[in-house]
Amino acid sequence: MTDQLTSGGVLGYRRESTDPPYLHPDYVSTRTRAPKRPLVPLAHTLSEVTGPAFGDQPVGELDHDLTRQHEGEPLGERMILHGRVLDGDRRPVRRTLVELWQANAAGRYRHHVDRHPAPLDPNFSGAGRCLTDDEGRYRFVTVKPGAYPWRNSANAWRANHIHLSLYGPAFATRLVTQVFFPGDPLFFQDPIFNSVPDPRHRELLICRFDLEHTVPEWALAYEFDVILRGRDGTPFED
Amino acid sequence: MALPTPSQTVGPFFHIGLRSDGWRELVALDSPDAIRLEGVVVDGEGEIVDDALIEIWQANRAGRYAHPEDAREEVAFEDGFSGFGRCETDAEGSYRFVTVKPGPVPAPGGRMQAPHIEVSVLARGLLKRLATRIYFPDEGEANAADPVLSALDPELRGTLLAREDGGALRFDIRLQGDGETVFFDV
Repeated sequence: MTDQLTSGGVLGYRRESTDPPYLHPDYVSTRTRAPKRPLVPLAHTLSEVTGPAFGDQPVGELDHDLTRQHEGEPLGERMILHGRVLDGDRRPVRRTLVELWQANAAGRYRHHVDRHPAPLDPNFSGAGRCLTDDEGRYRFVTVKPGAYPWRNSANAWRANHIHLSLYGPAFATRLVTQVFFPGDPLFFQDPIFNSVPDPRHRELLICRFDLEHTVPEWALAYEFDVILRGRDGTPFED
Repeated sequence: MALPTPSQTVGPFFHIGLRSDGWRELVALDSPDAIRLEGVVVDGEGEIVDDALIEIWQANRAGRYAHPEDAREEVAFEDGFSGFGRCETDAEGSYRFVTVKPGPVPAPGGRMQAPHIEVSVLARGLLKRLATRIYFPDEGEANAADPVLSALDPELRGTLLAREDGGALRFDIRLQGDGETVFFDV
C-alpha cells in the first residue's frame, strides 16, 4: 500500500450508502439547507483516505459513564449502550473516538436552545465519549432519554434517540447518526428517522434489547453496532 | 460485506456532545506562518446559520498528513500538528480557526494537488455532512493544475477559493441557492 500512496494512488472507500437524501421536505429544516446542485463526484485521494486519529487522546475514566458525572445519580431508567464499531467488511475499527449526546429522562437537553418545559436534571449533562478497544467495542452507561416535542409540524414529537458521532480511519468515514429504541410508537411520525429511504435500512438505526448484558438489579442493556464504510478491494485507477 | 449505518442529522443540540475547546486553534496564533481562517455559513434564504459545526482536515505546512497511511518519509512530519479542527458557528453564523497553509499533496497518477483543506459541514437540517474543500488565493498556478479544481465548471471554482480579508483568510459557505458552494460526493 505504501508504494501506491507514494505514487499518489490510493485505495478508496466504497460508495454503497444507506443515507438519507439532503432534501427531505417532511423535515422542514432541510428545505433551506439542502444544496440545490448535485454533489460533485470526488475520486478519493490521500486527503480523503486520511483523517483525524484520536487514539492518543486522553479520555477520562468516567467520560463514558453519564450517571457518574455529578454529585448524585440522574433520574430515569439506567441503561447501558454498547456494541462494536466495524468497517464494511465487519472488521473492528480500533481506538476510534465515539462521542454521545442526548436528552435527559424527561426529554430535555442541557442546552440553551431547548425550550421544552420539562425539568433539567442537576445530575445529568447528557454527554459522553470513549475510545473503542482492540475489538472495536464501546460502552456507555446512561439513562434512557425521553421523547420530546419539536416545532417541525403540529404536535410533532421526536422518537426517543441518542446521538452518536464517529470518525473512523479517514475523512471519508465520518459519520453522525442517531440510535433509536425498539418498538417506539413515535416512529411513524418522525421525519428524521423516516428520511432513510429504504425501510429496511431504518432498522439499522434501532438498537437491540440485550438481556445477556443487562446487569441484574441495576441496568438494562441495549446493543448497537455501528458500521462504517468499507474499503475498495483494488487500487483506484486514474 | 455489511451495509453502513445510515447518517442522521446532528440536530440543534450537538454543542453539548461535540465540544470544540482546544480544536479551534491547530497552531498558536503567534506561531510562525499562523493564519486565521474564518467565514460565515448562509442558507438558501440568505439567513445566517448559527447552529452549524465546521470541521477541517489538512496536511501540515510541508504537505504531510498526520496519519499512518501518509508514509512518505521524505516529507517532514510535525510533532504536535494533528491537522484536525472543529468549530461551531456563533450567533452571527461565523466560524474561526487558526491554522497554517498546508503544503501540496499527491494526486492519483503522479500529479500533485494544490494546497487545500478538507471541510465537513454538519448542522440541523443536514441529514448527512456536506463536504467541500478550501483552496488558497495565492496559488494560481497550482490551482490551475489541480485535478479536482480544474475539473469543475470555471464559474463554480470560485466558490472553493478563500479570499484575503483584513489579515485573515475568508471562506464563506453557502448551503443553497445563488453562489452555492461546491459540495463533493465523498
